[in-house]
Amino acid sequence: MKQYNTDVAIIGAGSAGLAAAVEVKKGGLNVLILERDRELGGITLQCIHNGFGLHEFKEELTGPEYAQRFINEVKRLDIPFKLNTMVIELTIDKTIYAVNEEEGLIEVKAKAIILAMGCRERTRGAINIPGFRPSGVYTAGQAQRFVNMEGWLPGKTFVILGSGDIGMIMARRLTWEGCKVKAVVEILPYVSGLLRNQVQCLEDYGIPLITSYTITKIHGRDRIKGVTISKVDRNFDRVIGSEKFIECDTLLLSVGLIPENELTLNAGAELSLNNGPVVDNNLETSIEGIFACGNVLQVHDLVDMVTAEAKRAGVNAVEYVKNIYGKDISRDERILCIPGENVNYVKPDFINKEDVGEDIIFTFRVKEPGRRKLIQFKDHENNVIYNRKKIHVIPSEMIELKVNLEKIKINPACGRLEIEVIDRPEVLIEED
Amino acid sequence: MIYDVIIIGGGVTGCTIARTLSKYDLKICLLEKEADIASGTTKANSGVVHAGYSSPREFIKRNLCIRGNALYTQAHKELNFPFKRNGSFVVALEDSQIKDLEEERKFGIEDGIPGLELILDKKKIKEMEPNLTDDVVGVLHAPSAGIVSPYEMTIALAENAAMNGVKFFRNQKVKRINHSESVFTIKTSGGEFEGYNVINAAGLYAAKISKMVGLDYFDIMPRKGEYVLFDRNALNLNKVLFPMATKVSKGILLCPTVHGNTFAGPNAQNLPDKKDISTTLAGLKEVLEGATKLIPKLPVRSSIRNFAGLRAVPTGRYDFIIDNTDIYGFINVAGILSPGLTSCYAIAEKVVDFLELLGAVMKIKEDYNPIRPKPERFTEFTKEELDKKIKEDSKWAKIICRCETVSEREILNSIRAPVGATTVDGVKFRCRPGMGRCQGGFCRPRVIEILSREFNKPYNEVTKRGEDTEFLICKTKDFRLKQCSFEEE
Amino acid sequence: MAECTTDIIAEIRCIVCPTGCIVQVKKDETGELIFEGYTCKRGLEYAQQEFFEPKRILTSTIRVENGLLPLVPIRTDQPILKDKLNDALQLIATTIVKAPITMGDILIKNVVGLDANIIASRDLVEAR
Repeated sequence: MKQYNTDVAIIGAGSAGLAAAVEVKKGGLNVLILERDRELGGITLQCIHNGFGLHEFKEELTGPEYAQRFINEVKRLDIPFKLNTMVIELTIDKTIYAVNEEEGLIEVKAKAIILAMGCRERTRGAINIPGFRPSGVYTAGQAQRFVNMEGWLPGKTFVILGSGDIGMIMARRLTWEGCKVKAVVEILPYVSGLLRNQVQCLEDYGIPLITSYTITKIHGRDRIKGVTISKVDRNFDRVIGSEKFIECDTLLLSVGLIPENELTLNAGAELSLNNGPVVDNNLETSIEGIFACGNVLQVHDLVDMVTAEAKRAGVNAVEYVKNIYGKDISRDERILCIPGENVNYVKPDFINKEDVGEDIIFTFRVKEPGRRKLIQFKDHENNVIYNRKKIHVIPSEMIELKVNLEKIKINPACGRLEIEVIDRPEVLIEED
Repeated sequence: MIYDVIIIGGGVTGCTIARTLSKYDLKICLLEKEADIASGTTKANSGVVHAGYSSPREFIKRNLCIRGNALYTQAHKELNFPFKRNGSFVVALEDSQIKDLEEERKFGIEDGIPGLELILDKKKIKEMEPNLTDDVVGVLHAPSAGIVSPYEMTIALAENAAMNGVKFFRNQKVKRINHSESVFTIKTSGGEFEGYNVINAAGLYAAKISKMVGLDYFDIMPRKGEYVLFDRNALNLNKVLFPMATKVSKGILLCPTVHGNTFAGPNAQNLPDKKDISTTLAGLKEVLEGATKLIPKLPVRSSIRNFAGLRAVPTGRYDFIIDNTDIYGFINVAGILSPGLTSCYAIAEKVVDFLELLGAVMKIKEDYNPIRPKPERFTEFTKEELDKKIKEDSKWAKIICRCETVSEREILNSIRAPVGATTVDGVKFRCRPGMGRCQGGFCRPRVIEILSREFNKPYNEVTKRGEDTEFLICKTKDFRLKQCSFEEE
Repeated sequence: MAECTTDIIAEIRCIVCPTGCIVQVKKDETGELIFEGYTCKRGLEYAQQEFFEPKRILTSTIRVENGLLPLVPIRTDQPILKDKLNDALQLIATTIVKAPITMGDILIKNVVGLDANIIASRDLVEAR
């Protein structure tokens, strides 16, 4: 069995893996990227629409262009990578086992590992849509791969479940290729993705957005013939009698993304509420020397933020290997970060007390949308130690805050930080 | 060519009969309506190998089940399908139910069911099955019960039968059966077949087939059962868990699968429509509610799939119809609902007896080979074995399905095997791509590519499970180029 | 305001920020166009552009001969008139290009007679 030794091994050559690799190389260490697909680039290769790179490059790029910038940098810096290489096991002592056709089974031993495996889409079975199980049911990303990269259209007339950005983007994409999109159906009472996409992907083409509805049956034994949609109430229960039938020959599901942490779990790392690994403020998981970034850690909406997070992971992995830190931090030297009111989850899951003097990047999502909100950090005694106003909050937009806990005079005894998003006290009447 | 035996129906019953008969020097063929074997009821079977205590004592299926259960040991050794004899519990949640369990135990022991025991020690019960509800007061433990992969076993049976000379014809819907002299002429959607003996194992359509030769003494009513399948990381059961049975069905079970998943189901709903395999909101809700009674901590959100199947229930009676009929040479094997899967080997033995009575010459083939080798799996090799395997054949290293870690070699083997896969579902049922967490999200384009290459057809002719189940319509630019029309059908 | 003798000729939802103001375009008695409903300067600019000359960046794919993939993703290098989108898409559909391709290569110059070009969004090597 061929054996490799490197300073930092990176699993995944998507946006996160590539950006992390560049930072590791710039930090002067050896790095090896392992990628299971036949080329570098990851999921943005199939996102041929524009809207990427506004923060990172101050330009508006398409997905492939964004990926190409990093691919070019990786090649310019001569960073070694393996394609068509599937990691089958990750161990707690930072050994990776992978397979590819040229070399067979290989073993990669690294001083640090960066997880950048991305995420998968939520499926029909996971949301339990009743009905037949015909052909013609896809997740939006699956359909996107066929249309944009494999070169095949999955159908002629479509219904799309989920008004997230990928669902809306696909609505436009399919319309541009001559297909008919009958409707985008959304279970929430509001559109899930960006307003810009609602206008430029749906309204521009007269594609109806049907909110507060969900699909309650799939028809057609061999090939899908249509769907029944039903209205839902505030508890997301079906409203009897509200059923409507929409004829279609293809159904696309855009119902959520799940970080892909099978390897992480099997290595023995702790996973947190959001299905990503538990990490500290350095993006280090519960296994020493293993870091995580990008969609495998938390599902991002902007690839620019994936890049920023991946760069941090790369820099931190370099510091770890160069032994600037690397001790096992015990429990009472941590500050746990807890999601409070209207917060779905928070990253990092905890902060090392010895890093309290540094700027910490917090990322979190709200559970419910709203306007004129106040973000608050509360300590272990429920004192508000930090707050920040925000005009708009919506679950589909991740919030990022850079806070220096020492500067806001956090109590050194504090072992718990709660982050909540509440109404501003001066707003007495609920705005619509 | 006139066959000695024509079997109609490629479910577990038909394929077990095919394999059992393949031992003898007979010309045999099997006709299956769908694009693949095991496409009907078999595919949705619970996969439970029952101990046999729950069938009424006056039914023939009781002894066939007990005998069939015992025959699994040998069959498993020879055919190498996934099977585990892990045992089952019937769970009593009230003291008043214990006496019924005790009666079942007594009769079961009398009828030869090995190891059947009543356990009232709650601590012991929870040690054997930690997931079980704390409300349990006692269980009937059947150590001879087990779990099997029903479709993998059926595929193994078919492969071994084919290896031993049985001809399989798929996509053959039987339209008419003529009978003259001693020969049956069967006209199908794909051709014509002649045989001296016909075995009707057509599942949901067995009554229809029987009526084609004028035998109109039973009907088949479909009874739907819905299931929910859970992620393998969410729950691990040791035992098959049954609630106390009702008159209509064995109830909503919780069952581990041989691949480490757990499923809940089936419920039971009579229906007229033999094609309705849809799941329903009410049905799935019923399944999850029933299951939560036995496992209160059921991880409902970790479900990865739901599906349904139809039991072939004979009207008027709940027993098997295994008849050497009045039409000489025509054998009915119908109404094989639970415990049909368990009984299959014993049912096949009965068919052998019938054929002997009908004058078929049952001479054992000299070159009969009962062994169907275990299909090789990436996930079952040690690292050393894997290294060696890949060096001999690099396709072992090309992983197509990342959720279940399935290599291209396994997929090619599943296509090139006798009675091999010709569809995406065929590949899925033989070697698992598409059965994992992402349900085909990443592997489907690659599986379509492989099938397209192997059968030399364009991507848009590759199907999910036969005619009218194509995945792709046309190439990306074809609508605009008018290479593909947009007429509403 | 006095009772309206003005007609609303268009309603434009602004996408510059998440507020999503609805800007109405009206004609007053003198035939002048009035924009109402915006709450910032960027909003007015956006609504004016959308009303007079709505433009979009077009992104799609073009068929490739002898490439590692059958399609290469493309984009217009500047926004083009919205009502020319369909013509552009039709032209793109009939075009076939050859590998190898480098990101930024101009694949169709002055698409449908406009200033914009169709450029490749990525590198694409030849098939092995």
